[in-house]
Amino acid sequence: MTGTPVAVSLEPELLAGAVAERVAGGQRFVGLFASAHDDGSTVIRALLARRGSLDVVEAHLGPGADEYPALTPLVPPAAWYEREIHDLFGIEPVGHPRLDPLVLPLDPNEQWRPRPGAFRPNDTFRPELDLSALPGHVAGEGLFTIPYGPVRSGIFEAVEYLVETFGEDIPHLRTRVYYKHRGIERRFGDLGFDDGVLLAERVEGTASVAHAMAFCHALETLAGIEAPRRAALVRVVHAELERVASHLDSVIRHCEGAGQAVAYARMTLHKERVQRLRARLCGHRFGRGVVVPGGVAGPPLITPDEALRALGALEHDIAGDASSLMDTPSFLDRLRGTGVISSEVAAVHGALGPVGRGSGRTEDVRVERPYGAYGFLGFEPAEASDGGDALARQRVRLHEITAAFHLAREALDELGEERDDAPWRRQVPATDGVGFGWVEAPQGELVYLVEVEAGRLMRVKPRSASFHNLALFPRCFGGDILTDFAFIEASFGLSIAGVSG
Amino acid sequence: MAWVLRGLREGIVTTAYPRTADDYGASFRGSISVLGAGTELSPDGHSTADERDSGIASLCPTGAIEERLGEVTVDGGRCILCGRCVEARPDRFAFEPSPEVARLHRAGLVVPARLESDEELDRLRAELRHRVRTLRRSVHVRHVDAGSDGSEEWEVAALLNPVYDVQRLGIFFTASPRHADLLLVSGTATEGMAGPLRTTYDAMPHPKLVLAAGTDAISGGLVGSGYVTRDGIGSVVPVDVFVPGSPPSPFSLLHGILLAIGLLPGSVAR
Repeated sequence: MTGTPVAVSLEPELLAGAVAERVAGGQRFVGLFASAHDDGSTVIRALLARRGSLDVVEAHLGPGADEYPALTPLVPPAAWYEREIHDLFGIEPVGHPRLDPLVLPLDPNEQWRPRPGAFRPNDTFRPELDLSALPGHVAGEGLFTIPYGPVRSGIFEAVEYLVETFGEDIPHLRTRVYYKHRGIERRFGDLGFDDGVLLAERVEGTASVAHAMAFCHALETLAGIEAPRRAALVRVVHAELERVASHLDSVIRHCEGAGQAVAYARMTLHKERVQRLRARLCGHRFGRGVVVPGGVAGPPLITPDEALRALGALEHDIAGDASSLMDTPSFLDRLRGTGVISSEVAAVHGALGPVGRGSGRTEDVRVERPYGAYGFLGFEPAEASDGGDALARQRVRLHEITAAFHLAREALDELGEERDDAPWRRQVPATDGVGFGWVEAPQGELVYLVEVEAGRLMRVKPRSASFHNLALFPRCFGGDILTDFAFIEASFGLSIAGVSG
Repeated sequence: MAWVLRGLREGIVTTAYPRTADDYGASFRGSISVLGAGTELSPDGHSTADERDSGIASLCPTGAIEERLGEVTVDGGRCILCGRCVEARPDRFAFEPSPEVARLHRAGLVVPARLESDEELDRLRAELRHRVRTLRRSVHVRHVDAGSDGSEEWEVAALLNPVYDVQRLGIFFTASPRHADLLLVSGTATEGMAGPLRTTYDAMPHPKLVLAAGTDAISGGLVGSGYVTRDGIGSVVPVDVFVPGSPPSPFSLLHGILLAIGLLPGSVAR
């Protein structure tokens, strides 16, 4: 297991400089999270990745303090995090270049803020929202805005993209994710551990296993325990199948956009079979209920041998179709050169998961800060590609599908050799404090901050890779036209639920 | 050409449902049933209260279990199928292995069924049958996400894969609400989506139907009522069909759509 994060406490005025210094020194900016306390004070924590663990740089804002010098001018990827903190806590990052609402568009006169972390048992207040259009940022003759969403054309999550265009080129694009803000972070307040994991599974429903794992890792590190070895192996099987399903979903959206009818049918069939295998293993098509604090709920419903046979058939079928797909010129033409993110942009922003690995980033949490069974299973990360386009991201995903099957097989092999009387779950003693958990979700690095007091959850902050990566989305329309939109969106493979909170 | 062969080699994978039951569907955990209840009730409403059942309601994280005078009920519209009750009290609760969980009546999701709702159900069914008489050959579905966790969208999209292949039943997804007969809504109806959801509903021509897809859409589920969420979509649009599940499986969604347009074989159209 990897080390516990080390926290450094600073005056709010020094936060931005300290974080910028560490980023300049080669650490990757992971995120900026706030927690409210009952006395009206707030803690702001910046997370920075290094090999082996995370570093935490934190600043305390006393009761009534409602501003601090913004990080964004020095650390650009903090922009969305500071907008979110402004929405949820009413704290102003002074010097932020564009403090538009991100997840909660409150009426400008509204003083109330959800302030997750501060416990208010009977607060049934419902604030006034202002959903009217944000002002335009690009002006010019013949320029107009196409609103995509929030009710999209097709089966999509609710999000609005405002595409500013002359008709073909897309000089500017804005993203509005607040339509489906559910107030999830405050909902965690005062839950017990077992209820907390059920909610974590529903933060980003297509990455339920990853969220449950990251949440449980945070609780387990805080309590100083580890899940039993065979529970860790079962977690890997489910996490990797989830990755296969999620990557297939991205491939499917590409096929749909490119009008590849047979490939679309084939890939949707494979995805259905993956979901069914997950249900055979645990009774749920999304692996919900498997990961619990301290281990897993129980043994898989089928034997490792049965699971291995099913895996082998699936892997063979998917590999065959994937290689045909990557040989189909009419498909590749749509992806090549589409939605380019340069390796410089990816490096500055710290792009995560397949989006980052398509643009030359090599970070993979499974290697950088190994957790659970990834520490002892032989895992070689897929090689990063520096193409930066939708095709590079597609290649990364296809490689990762192969690697995921390999990992799941290895975990099942090990599982077959475990003793029958080994435990599935350990008790997680209630320990007060702040814990961090992380996993490589299908979309990339997922981080959980968990604050516990007297066995109850005071503050839970999930940070999905979707949240971090979506900020990059408007940055890759440079040379692209309207009809490329579907491919760029599919190649990001994001979940809006994980962004809007 | 290679693609055509790849497709053909697989053979037929499409389910025969609803013409005949499907093995996978029939093995799927669809709902929770209450064991040993409903039968001991004496005619005057007094019951042999089982003392072990006191406090049984607190097992459920979403408040789906209710205990009154020894009678225990589970509200499928609140249940997220976490299985905590089955694990703690296998003598009282069990997973019901059927995906046919859609109902035309909110109260119909409560098990064991309350008999008095039958008359109401007949009235509802007759009214619905009259309303959807023009939709029997083909129905166009418009999906709206009103605050889901993202998994419902996967299950809705799965209806288009070759296994479920809903086009064979005359079910089509459409982009424009102007072409839609059935509004399929996932998610808990957030403050932000209430307006767009209502606008979509208003834009649909008559006759129109609303299907609440998933426990979140029916009751708010685990997310529940908060500062920007409410207890399901019922306060924004009138719901005709309730499909519980977290998320509902594609078979359950298909059951719900067929139930709504009256295309189910009689035995399953409860």
